[in-house]
Amino acid sequence: MITFDGVTKRYADGTVAVDDLSLEAPTGEITVLVGPSGCGKTTSLRMINRMIDATEGRVLIDGVDVRTVDPPTLRRGIGYVIQQAGLFPHRKIVDNVATVPHLLGWDRRKARARAMELLERVGLDPGLAGRYPFQLSGGQQQRVGVARALAADPPVLLMDEPFSAVDPVVRASLQEELLRLQAEFTKTIVFVTHDIDEAVKLGDRVAVLRVGGRMAQLADPATLLARPADDFVAEFLGRDRGIRRLSFVSGEGLRLRTDLTAPASAEVSSVRGTAAPWLAVVDADDRPLGWVRVGELPESGTLADVRLAPYGTFVRGRDSLRGALDATLLSPSGNAIAVDDSGRVRGVLTRETLEEALRQAAGGAGGARA
Amino acid sequence: MNWLAEFFGDAANWSGPDGIPVRLLEHLEFSAISLLLAALVAVPLGLGIGHTGRGALPVLLSANAARALPTLGLLVLIVLLMGVGTDVPVLIPLVALAVPPILVNTYEGIRGVDPDLRDAAYGMGLRGRQVLGRVLVPVALPLILLGLRVAAIQVVSTATVAAYVGLGGLGRFIVDGLATKDFPRTLGGAVLVALLALAVQLVFTLVQRLVVSPGVSGSRAVR
Ligand SMILES: Nc1ncnc2c1ncn2[C@@H]1O[C@H](COP(=O)(O)OP(=O)(O)OP(=O)(O)O)[C@@H](O)[C@H]1O
Ligand SMILES: [Mg+2]
Repeated sequence: MITFDGVTKRYADGTVAVDDLSLEAPTGEITVLVGPSGCGKTTSLRMINRMIDATEGRVLIDGVDVRTVDPPTLRRGIGYVIQQAGLFPHRKIVDNVATVPHLLGWDRRKARARAMELLERVGLDPGLAGRYPFQLSGGQQQRVGVARALAADPPVLLMDEPFSAVDPVVRASLQEELLRLQAEFTKTIVFVTHDIDEAVKLGDRVAVLRVGGRMAQLADPATLLARPADDFVAEFLGRDRGIRRLSFVSGEGLRLRTDLTAPASAEVSSVRGTAAPWLAVVDADDRPLGWVRVGELPESGTLADVRLAPYGTFVRGRDSLRGALDATLLSPSGNAIAVDDSGRVRGVLTRETLEEALRQAAGGAGGARA
Repeated sequence: MNWLAEFFGDAANWSGPDGIPVRLLEHLEFSAISLLLAALVAVPLGLGIGHTGRGALPVLLSANAARALPTLGLLVLIVLLMGVGTDVPVLIPLVALAVPPILVNTYEGIRGVDPDLRDAAYGMGLRGRQVLGRVLVPVALPLILLGLRVAAIQVVSTATVAAYVGLGGLGRFIVDGLATKDFPRTLGGAVLVALLALAVQLVFTLVQRLVVSPGVSGSRAVR
């Protein structure tokens, strides 16, 4: 666990970058520091590995005051990833990754083997190992940066806007990769970003800082979105807060209707009497094909001959309420098709059921503001 | 052209204590020793002030002032003070000539390394010396070598002044040729100096290929 205990940083010119910050980053979790530019995120982060020393207060790692540890020794036990990757241009990728193992005196072969293993773990083609950094794309360089930080298997990882210099698509895949790695390695991660969406996506806990380096709110993402502590936090969370919050509401309990599906092989006549306006048509394998409007069925034939309307699906048990809402919006029927992990239809979520669930979710937001 | 043929074609010019091989070796000796001494002073100094940032201003100012020293004037002064007899009088002005480009380029090379890179190096847990030796120097190497090359060419060209105070080197051909109106000799000496400068340039290009990481030279070429 990383503990900030009343930490203040005053730079030589008098700027107070961090003001009396107290915060705990629990072991094995991702704690995100987020806030507008200049609010002291980087300064806070760098006080953990002593790239900057606090003016007042203490920073502790597992109870040990970092000020009592010699900085290079401290840093070799802490992975550090920065925005521009900061790879050594004169060294091949594999040697870049092996930097810290090398400093720690591992034997050469072991360090290289470890580096190769990590390149694969972060999703890089091992064929890139012999290249130099300038021969890699920005996204690839950033992956190497992560591999390098993980090389000596440090328990703590500090990441300062590691993904902000790459385009949104690459950023999303790097974020996924980080979550996957975290599930595998379980590090204590402190992650700095100014992107609230990234904070909410990655953080187990999110600390919102305001300019002047004071803590505005510390909460898990769902709580943060549901109950921002004040105007500043609400504004920083931005628009669409309501919808984004749905990502954290489980779709597990949603009641599904199983009487609104029909196989494509069914005769038109056999479904004409259905009371509901729409039916979901599925194939012989129970996979969704589309929606059919009961009032517009042809005279005869099977459902396979009917032109179907588009549909949206969500995965039962995995997707959140946001996913379910999205699925209903993709279909003119206003209903969503629920599927299991293998893509087989489990039932239909009607608009009415969803609306009820949304109302409940909103109720759960308590004293949240409009 | 026939002056050149006359000079280089004369077998007498290729042997004896006043022959081309001996003069060339003398010339190389002055030059190499001066360059080595200059590098021993200027490279560590440039690395030191570039890495720590301390003392940069006074050092760079004196380096620039030293650039304004007239080499020949300095040489004559030293000979007047010390007399002839050793190589030392000629080495001093040549070292003074070589130090500024080496010093300034080494300093600029180290200073110019991307601060993010320096930061990453410290962040990994490298100590100050390791940051300098394992990161800053390899990355700054092209500029450091440039300084050495400029210095080497200047020294090789200027070492001719040794002849003015009675010492050896290729300058002898030029000075003696002028004194005796033996123009083929003067021209031949001048051509030898020019060829030597070219050879130095070539050697440094090769050295650069060998010692600069492709990761550094490659990324520069791309930009
Ligand atoms: N070396 C320094 N000397 C003086 N002031 C500094 C120094 N470094 C940072 N500051 C100031 O401290 C404050 C916090 O800076 P910091 O870099 O921690 O912000 P940040 O939250 O990381 O911002 P960004 O999102 O732009 O990276 C800013 O006002 C900044 O100008
Ligand atoms: Mg920052």
